[in-house]
Amino acid sequence: MGKTLAEKIWADHIVRSAEGEPDLIYIDLQLIHEVTSAQAFDGLRLASRQVRRPDLTIATEDHNTPTLNIDRPIADPVSKLQVDTLRNNCAEFGVRLHSLGDAEQGIVHVVGPQLGLSQPGMTIVCGDSHTSTHGAFGALAFGIGTSEVEHVLATQTLPLTRPKMMAINVDGVLPDGVTAKDVILAIIAKIGTGGGQGYVIEYRGSVIRALSMEGRMTICNMSIEAGARAGVIAPDETTFEYVKNKPHAPVGADWDAAIEYWKTLNSDVDAKFDVEIFLKAEELAPFVTWGTNPGQGLPLNASVPNPADIADLEERDAAERALTYMGLVAGAPLKSIKVDTIFLGSCTNGRIEDLRAAANILKGKKKADSVRMLVVPGSARVRLQAEQEGLDKVFLDFGAEWRNAGCSMCLGMNPDQLAVGERSASTSNRNFEGRQGKGGRTHLVSPLVAAATAIRGTLSSPADL
Amino acid sequence: MEKFVSHTGTAVPLRRSNVDTDQIIPAVYLKRVTKSGFEDGLFAAWRNDPEFVLNQPQYKAGTILVAGVDFGTGSSREHAVWALQNYGFKAVISSRFADIFRGNSQKGGLLTVVLPQDQVEKIWNVIEADPTTEVTVDLAAKNVRVGSAIYPFEIDDYTRWRLMEGLDDIGLTLKNIDSVAAFEVTHPAYKPKTLPIRS
Repeated sequence: MGKTLAEKIWADHIVRSAEGEPDLIYIDLQLIHEVTSAQAFDGLRLASRQVRRPDLTIATEDHNTPTLNIDRPIADPVSKLQVDTLRNNCAEFGVRLHSLGDAEQGIVHVVGPQLGLSQPGMTIVCGDSHTSTHGAFGALAFGIGTSEVEHVLATQTLPLTRPKMMAINVDGVLPDGVTAKDVILAIIAKIGTGGGQGYVIEYRGSVIRALSMEGRMTICNMSIEAGARAGVIAPDETTFEYVKNKPHAPVGADWDAAIEYWKTLNSDVDAKFDVEIFLKAEELAPFVTWGTNPGQGLPLNASVPNPADIADLEERDAAERALTYMGLVAGAPLKSIKVDTIFLGSCTNGRIEDLRAAANILKGKKKADSVRMLVVPGSARVRLQAEQEGLDKVFLDFGAEWRNAGCSMCLGMNPDQLAVGERSASTSNRNFEGRQGKGGRTHLVSPLVAAATAIRGTLSSPADL
Repeated sequence: MEKFVSHTGTAVPLRRSNVDTDQIIPAVYLKRVTKSGFEDGLFAAWRNDPEFVLNQPQYKAGTILVAGVDFGTGSSREHAVWALQNYGFKAVISSRFADIFRGNSQKGGLLTVVLPQDQVEKIWNVIEADPTTEVTVDLAAKNVRVGSAIYPFEIDDYTRWRLMEGLDDIGLTLKNIDSVAAFEVTHPAYKPKTLPIRS
């Protein structure tokens, strides 16, 4: 029987396999940030252990870092302590670190790909659930907890149980205005936040093949919101072209050897998936979430659902609770919802193509008076690139704030937060209660919908302009 | 890690599905660099509500959390496990856990027990009717006992053994570190390294 892409990568990384035990899997790259690493380094220190492979480890500062006044010391002393702790740990253990102010600083899942460190066929981990992003390269990439961060630092391996395999096929041609973000929001709405639990999802089909690497990263990024362990997309010419000439891409004979291997990284025709799901591109539309988990989403043209129409009791209860929290009334058109804040950024949609797509809509226009808009590039490198292209001017002329790189309002760990009752249209990945600030209300959208919403002040797509 | 063989205590009904790790502990509480002191952030947003189950005096001493489906979704923060443990929870029962949360709980010795939703409902009804009901989560016997009812649960033998012995995963892997070194010899030259820095 054939193997799936994920099974091939798994097989190529088995260090040790024993009956009745999890497989010991080699990890090709660990990404580190300040929030989930301090206790791991501390554990090493207590046990007098070293980082086994500093040359397969890279750190940056993203979750806690301010996006304003980055040349000044971090104002919040607790945030500062956490960032300082990372700096001290990296110095002590010999780990490469890109600190605030460095051109390579940024959200860890934007930094890895732009340095060419995320490549096909690798195993990549990080103490962050959105590590699934790197699956876009045909890598097996997943989020881990701090105990596992410590385990990888000490041994460069993880004991793991074999995941199940799911294929999601998206075929056809996407209608105008429908982006990778809408595709993944539609997938999560279809299978639910627990639908991918225990699975690696392989995204396939003509829609996926036609996506840029950045679009593929958006899709794989949100695999975790469907509960999946990881998401993967088979590498192809689009992938190779993206990796080529990046700082850490292979060169010369190594490039040729890499390509030869990478071309084997796809699911065999007789590979068996435990579950297979099909979506038609033509049936997709710009999508928006109305509730408090990423599975509670609908096409933008729809109305706020009525919990009474939901048969499943658990889901009905969750919907009622969500509408109360979100301050929404069943039956109201989603497009009638007024928002206060637009957040363009995050590891889901903070890359250069996302900024370009939004800027293209905003150019020459003014934001609605009632909204504020934060544009937070995914990395310092993305910010520089955007400035070279004049996108910063477009955003500033529009009335948006042009910030420095970081996770920012995606999780509101730094000062970029929603106030109680404030409502956002956000290109990030989670609409959980309080995610963007205590009492804040989040609608997840694509960069195109974010831009159109910033112009009109109500949830909108570019077609409404 | 502390050994987990069996635990008897009272239980707390958390009748909510999709309790994500941002609800278990919001991001603003993740700034500590230790593994202790996270109990103040546990379910922080809901703790302001006097009706919230943990604010009800009859559930104050509970050590077993009985939650709705899809507990621990979202962020990989292990702080969620630490917060539950720091607060005093020894075990969580749900009909489905998010993968990363479950993995984290098993590293730290917080037992996560999967029972079918209808059994979770039955336990909720019992502990709501009488919050002093003794509940035993028995890893050795692989069952949950609530009054006279016995609910068997599944857990893989390896994880069960590790939890019952209180074994540290890193120590176990280091026993096989020679196989790691042997694997590294076969690591292809084209795989990227973070050092030396290239630009």
